[in-house]
Amino acid sequence: MAEYAHPEVLVTTAWVDQHRNDPNVRIVEVDVDTTAYEQGHIPGAIAWNWTTQLCDTVRRDIIPKDQFERLMGQSGISNDTTVILYGDNNNWFAAWAFWQMKIYGHADVRLMNGGRKKWIEEGRPLTTEVPQVSPTTYRAKDPDFSIRAYLPEVRSAMEARSASLIDVRSPQEFTGEILAPPGLPETCQRGGHIPGAKNIPWGLACNEDGTFKSADELKALYEAQGVTPDKPAIAYCRIGERSSHTWFVLKYLLGYPEVKNYDGSWTEWGNLVGVPVEKP
Amino acid sequence: MAEAATLRPEQYVRRREQLAGWEVNVVSYKLGDKFLCEVDNVSPGAIIARGQGATREEAESQALAQARERLARTRRFPT
Repeated sequence: MAEYAHPEVLVTTAWVDQHRNDPNVRIVEVDVDTTAYEQGHIPGAIAWNWTTQLCDTVRRDIIPKDQFERLMGQSGISNDTTVILYGDNNNWFAAWAFWQMKIYGHADVRLMNGGRKKWIEEGRPLTTEVPQVSPTTYRAKDPDFSIRAYLPEVRSAMEARSASLIDVRSPQEFTGEILAPPGLPETCQRGGHIPGAKNIPWGLACNEDGTFKSADELKALYEAQGVTPDKPAIAYCRIGERSSHTWFVLKYLLGYPEVKNYDGSWTEWGNLVGVPVEKP
Repeated sequence: MAEAATLRPEQYVRRREQLAGWEVNVVSYKLGDKFLCEVDNVSPGAIIARGQGATREEAESQALAQARERLARTRRFPT
């Protein structure tokens, strides 16, 4: 059985349970908001709110470098801290935070395999106490946007068929039957997908318990759809968090050399005037 | 650093059902003296509502009411 290309970026729930008091380990729960964290979280974990702390709240973007440095510093994270990320929705927003931390060059960041769901299913301890952290001074690297796709590049890739476009949303979103996941607000004017994109929902990469499938299973999943390591790959979803999850799988578990997350995703493409849309 | 006071989730139950025409997972468990519930939309798997209460029924009722209201707003388009 093949191993993951970078197994060091994944830790088990048992590992986290054993290391949650290590001084050089910072555990962070990352969710779209902090409701779940407030109800109970891994002892010692701090919370990041995706909406207000990882995204620029004025323009649509990731937070700029200086704000990222402040967030790390306030979180007690130094450049050499081992950061363990987990969250609900099977680590969607944790994967976004991982991607953003790699943009700003943090060396040792890892995902807890299975996320919040697996921790709770296993009956591991939770607390509502918020830990006190000692602020640090953090120096981020200049952003590495080689792992981020912007609209012009996606449009070129679509026209030239020069990259595998992977739409990781549900089949109903892909076909345009719905404009947003059931129960969530609609954020686009048109349904459908980017012409030529393959629909490989993010969840196909996971087992029932939320952990990632084996390297062999993942390889078979993506290669069956023509997503192979010899061609650049661009993942997208609705707002870029589910596609961060797939970006993580392709880049770190399968070791594809050129993978980007198009965080503009369908909320950008599905609102543009005049771009082609494929349905179903 | 002082060890935080901890509780272990107990009586964990997960079930799948139809709600307002959509498939949902309903998860509930006991944490200390209260029950927590969360409802996700299965495909793609986003949590769309949470509830809590003194009993499982109370927590589920709160979460399901919120989920039903949100799901009812989801429009389907012909493809």
